[in-house]
Amino acid sequence: MSTQLVRELPAVRPYAGTRARAISLLGPLTVAAGVIWAIVQPYRLTLLHPHGQGFWWLAIEPPLLVVFAGIVFAVFVARPLVADLEADAAA
Amino acid sequence: MQPPSEMVHWLFGMGLLWLGLLKLAEAIVGREVWERRPWRAYLWPGLAFGLGILMWPVMTFFTNSAIHMVAHGAWAQALMAMGAAELGLAKGKLKSRWWRLATPIGIAVSGAAFLVHEQNGWFFARSAFLHHLVGWTLLGAALFPLALVFRPRSIVLKAAFAVSVIALSVMLFSDRDLAPVFGHLSPLAGPPHR
Repeated sequence: MSTQLVRELPAVRPYAGTRARAISLLGPLTVAAGVIWAIVQPYRLTLLHPHGQGFWWLAIEPPLLVVFAGIVFAVFVARPLVADLEADAAA
Repeated sequence: MQPPSEMVHWLFGMGLLWLGLLKLAEAIVGREVWERRPWRAYLWPGLAFGLGILMWPVMTFFTNSAIHMVAHGAWAQALMAMGAAELGLAKGKLKSRWWRLATPIGIAVSGAAFLVHEQNGWFFARSAFLHHLVGWTLLGAALFPLALVFRPRSIVLKAAFAVSVIALSVMLFSDRDLAPVFGHLSPLAGPPHR
């Protein structure tokens, strides 16, 4: 049924699919891994104690590289992929 | 101005983490959905090709020995050939499924390069241990894309390949230039640093 006041909800809700949920979790899980690593080994983040550190030790922070990888994946890959999965399920 | 070699491993670890996440996502959604946006089909081959290009400066600047240079050079070529073959397949210019053999061969050459250019034993230091571990893991991981040549739709093989690539990135992130491994550090390696 579809009127001006009432319309049917799509059968598949956003993020309802298991695959969409798995995809949308990959980025945050990667970010969480980087954050947990930074908490467990804070000395890996030389930005927290920058005195006397050279350029490379300040530029390359391994836990932040993991966080960065997770954010880039979540924003540029996972988001459009979930949209495609939802479009696929709705079709 | 040259970064310590452990940082090069970390940067490549990030690249492998991306590769692993891309392969895992592709395994989860399936090829049809993955290729719904044409640019997505080029992500993994393009990244593999880019990692091959980035291996050239590693070959140029990290010349600890002749075997290092030869291993890194062969590795750069293998990664670029693998990426180029996958790009050709994604574009549709290459049709034969046998081009997919470039991936297992490229990964196996990468594993051999890791093993060949590590001249110390497993427990010499953490970097030596990880070079052996990464080398053998790469050789083992090459079996998944090899099997995928014959069973291209297998979700289990795709997921196993993706997980092995993510495991390799964890190994690269664990690398340190001078650190003990399981309490072992050869006195010949020098004093450890964090």
